[in-house]
Amino acid sequence: MTTTDRRFPPRAVGTPLDRLDGHAKVTGTARYAYEQPVDAPAYLHAVQATVARGRITAIDTEAAEAVPGVLAVLTHHNAPRLADTGDAELAVLQSDAVAFRGQIIGGVVATTSETARYAASLVRTTYDEQPHDTGLRADRDDLYAPEKVNGGYATDTAQGDVEAALAAAAVTVDRTYSTAMYHNNPMEPLTTVACWADGELTLHDSTQGVHMVRSQVAPLFRLETEQVHVVSPHVGGGFGSKGTPHAPVVLAAMAAHLVPGRPVKFALTRQQMFSLAGYRTPTVQRVRLGADRDGRLAALSVDAISQTSRIKEFAEQTAVPSRTMYAAPHRRTTHRVARLDVPVPSWMRAPGECPGMFGAEVAMDELADACGVDPVELRVRNEPETDPESGLPFSSRNLVACLREGARRIGWERRDPTPRARYEEGRLVGLGVAASVYPVLWMPGSSATVRAGADGRYTVSIGAADLGTGTWTALTQIAADALDVPVERVELRIGDTVFPPASVAGGSSGITAWGSAVVHAARRMRESFGESPHEGAEATGETGDNPATERFAMYAFGAQFAEIRVHPETGEVRVPRLVGVFAAGRIVNPKTARSQLIGGMTMGLSMALHEQSYFDDHVGQVANHDFAEYHIATNADVDRIEASWLDEDDPHVNPMGTKGIGEIGIVGTAAAVANAAYNATGVRVRDLPITLDKFLDS
Amino acid sequence: MKPFDYRRADDVAAAVALLSRDREAVFLGGGTNLVDHLRLGVATPGLLVDITRLPLDRIEELPDGGVRVGGTVRNSDLAADPLIRERYPVLSQALLSGASGQLRNLATTGGNLLQRTRCVYFQDVTTACNKRVPGSGCSALEGYQRYHAILGASPDCIATHPSDMAVAMAVLDAVVQVTGPDGERAVPLGDFHRLPGDEPQHDTVLRHGELVTAMDLPALPDGMTSLYRKVRDRASYAFALVSVAAALDVRDGVVADVRIALGGVAHKPWRAARAERELRGAPATDDSFRRAAEAELSAAQPVAGNAFKVPLARNTLVATLRELTGRTPR
Ligand SMILES: Cc1cc2nc3c(=O)[nH]c(=O)nc-3n(C[C@H](O)[C@H](O)[C@H](O)COP(=O)(O)OP(=O)(O)OC[C@H]3O[C@@H](n4cnc5c(N)ncnc54)[C@H](O)[C@@H]3O)c2cc1C
Repeated sequence: MTTTDRRFPPRAVGTPLDRLDGHAKVTGTARYAYEQPVDAPAYLHAVQATVARGRITAIDTEAAEAVPGVLAVLTHHNAPRLADTGDAELAVLQSDAVAFRGQIIGGVVATTSETARYAASLVRTTYDEQPHDTGLRADRDDLYAPEKVNGGYATDTAQGDVEAALAAAAVTVDRTYSTAMYHNNPMEPLTTVACWADGELTLHDSTQGVHMVRSQVAPLFRLETEQVHVVSPHVGGGFGSKGTPHAPVVLAAMAAHLVPGRPVKFALTRQQMFSLAGYRTPTVQRVRLGADRDGRLAALSVDAISQTSRIKEFAEQTAVPSRTMYAAPHRRTTHRVARLDVPVPSWMRAPGECPGMFGAEVAMDELADACGVDPVELRVRNEPETDPESGLPFSSRNLVACLREGARRIGWERRDPTPRARYEEGRLVGLGVAASVYPVLWMPGSSATVRAGADGRYTVSIGAADLGTGTWTALTQIAADALDVPVERVELRIGDTVFPPASVAGGSSGITAWGSAVVHAARRMRESFGESPHEGAEATGETGDNPATERFAMYAFGAQFAEIRVHPETGEVRVPRLVGVFAAGRIVNPKTARSQLIGGMTMGLSMALHEQSYFDDHVGQVANHDFAEYHIATNADVDRIEASWLDEDDPHVNPMGTKGIGEIGIVGTAAAVANAAYNATGVRVRDLPITLDKFLDS
Repeated sequence: MKPFDYRRADDVAAAVALLSRDREAVFLGGGTNLVDHLRLGVATPGLLVDITRLPLDRIEELPDGGVRVGGTVRNSDLAADPLIRERYPVLSQALLSGASGQLRNLATTGGNLLQRTRCVYFQDVTTACNKRVPGSGCSALEGYQRYHAILGASPDCIATHPSDMAVAMAVLDAVVQVTGPDGERAVPLGDFHRLPGDEPQHDTVLRHGELVTAMDLPALPDGMTSLYRKVRDRASYAFALVSVAAALDVRDGVVADVRIALGGVAHKPWRAARAERELRGAPATDDSFRRAAEAELSAAQPVAGNAFKVPLARNTLVATLRELTGRTPR
């Protein structure tokens, strides 16, 4: 079966339909996990390790248990034994070992959340503390090559002879860049309401995939998959932190086990999000470029370093985007990882591409500067004919058109390549550019059911997720077109394991994967039941394989432009304008798509200027672990952000022609801002964030 | 959060009495700082005495031309008050540069003055902090130092006082009116906050049970214009890395009078007396401003994580004084 053999004429698709869940959200009736109505809930608060490495020698729960209202106190002594401890992050309370500061070492269940929190503070723990090691440095002698990097990509790649080509190149760039540690901070923290009844487990969970949670939690508790029921109709943001289960959902299920029949509510505090919800690893990237005087690349080399935790490997694919971006006959990429006594890193919006395109795209700016070539032109000159990595043709690639359109929109011709040339209203002004890329990921394994109702109505069910992204709306539009009916005739059901399985909302693949299943189900409906099916007629479709992925390299591309203003005396940085132009296949809903793209660019701006989890190596934890200290861009920091896209008709990617837009917006933004900062000030910031101190002379 | 009792006081005497009977009792203003500390376990009082219904919410002119600001006036109301905006723009600007609209709607004058440091270690009970637990050590000495002091710190504590309002009040020579178990007293703002020394647990000279009932603002001398300039890590909703409150009177190109206070650099609003001395009688030029700034900052003892604050404070001070002269940078 192929899913690309029938395309449909877009009617609803491509229109800016208002969010179908918008009214419920702005009126506060859309229920998030914590707000699900449950009877007589109990509340859980986690107890966390206060050392970064060691063993618990004693844990005294007496004072906590004595607090009126406390129902149970969980520690590794009395926690249910899990059937599977293969994933050490999820092996909660299974031993006395502490692998990072902030790790869950207990939990208190009480009749109110305040009581649970207070009692948790009374648990006294003594440790056999061991020296910890949390510092990521490029000169560590224990960096190792992981078997694969995240996404299943090869750890290292090499073509040609990079060293010889660099040695022979007329112009070279050899620089080291770094990105900070970042924490996914959706407005809604990780949240679970867990309840056991009749040997089955129900989880109201804030997650990017209900079936993913079910399939990973069930074996821990020796349950059949069907015995775990996961509900998640609305999710208050995820950014990757809810793309895979973390320890809290396991703790919630364990806690509920101690109070059978009683639902247990559990939401992390903001501070806890900094050790229990994953994060983006800091990276160190050495980028070497060798080119002729006109900027044509002969050699391209990226060596990326990241960190992972002692108990579980996550290897960020930082150098992977450089494998696809530019033509160069001699190329190599490597990834090395440090295993440290730190919390478990995980996915954060555009893992790999987001940090990786910082070093790579600032290096391109440095090359443009060294060659005296315009940075837009430099990228155009190095445009490859086929994917440099696989040799396959691109299913579509419109980077050049994005660069040209973005340059037109921002007024690139006003840019003076000489740094510090523009001074306006007491500020140094500069313009910068960087490219964006994100792969079109094909995730098989979703299915959808279409059921005919009365009066030409249809119910479409799939266990998909809406993270606030617009799934409710966009998937309804796709279903309507696939069935060739108006959107009003389609009732979508998502976010529940009672519906057919859906892949996780990750890798910008949701609409592509779920939409393909919906289109397939609609086609089956028509094939089996014609244009006027009887009420109750049902058809199921799947996201199968897409053989075109073997013939084409599939990517979305974009170009980002930034205007920056820097105060010459204080170094204060403002970005009055960002322009992003993307070529990301068919846009299902321009309204929700624009939100995704400007949201990504805003997050990229935030990464450029503000965000940084300051990891205190003495204490062994993130020091600035709240929103007063971990700075995210505020409204006042975000001025004009303009996202637009080129019409792109890609017949190969999937039946809708979509490429995925959730992540590409954050890719390249920070590099564009850093390049603009150089143009404004002559100061090359190679280590994020771009804070005012980097522009001050002593 | 530790369980606590809650009482609402109806008059000042009752509020003071409730505290003087109970070592574990504290006043509750807008709660924007204290309630966070209750949640975090940083404060563990047994009794909260809510003072927000006390009749201390007025802004009144004083017979000597000054203005009295009640202890429970909300920061938003104070910033918007026509009298304040007209006579003390520096104060209105400082208030509006702080926190967020929602927080300012709740925050009170007394609470703002008495808010505690934002040092991340002070706010995290799992780390060592001499201010929270005397003798436990100072985690900031080898940790996160971006918001820490460059002036007047001690080996026991390098925390800063985070208030913007208090920096403006320092330049206005405000006087803190206090009522306590032993009656009333008036404390000049410059003597109100302490340097950490070896007792960083004490932010101010206030004693248990003493209530800040008002702040008196003397009139600024004729000819003085004032300005607040805050430099921070994002455009709003961030504490000052460095801030400058200044009032300046320039006659015939010469500094006739000047007052300067710095925020974000010390355990208290830092009145830059040395810079003021350097400047009085000097030509109102960038060169003098810079020399004065350097004189003040010659005492600076930054740590690795905040060394940039020395040039930042210098440049911000120069830029602020220049702006008060109405000139644009050369
Ligand atoms: C996220 C965030 C950002 C912020 N940003 C800034 C900023 O940029 N600049 C800035 O200046 N501030 C900022 N603040 C701090 C804010 O200004 C203070 O929290 C606020 O001013 C405290 O006032 P309150 O009335 O809420 O005090 P409360 O929290 O009620 O009390 C604070 C302390 O003062 C004591 N107290 C209160 N009133 C009196 C009184 N009359 N007499 C004696 N003792 C009293 C209390 O017992 C308590 O110890 C920020 C706060 C937050 C949470």
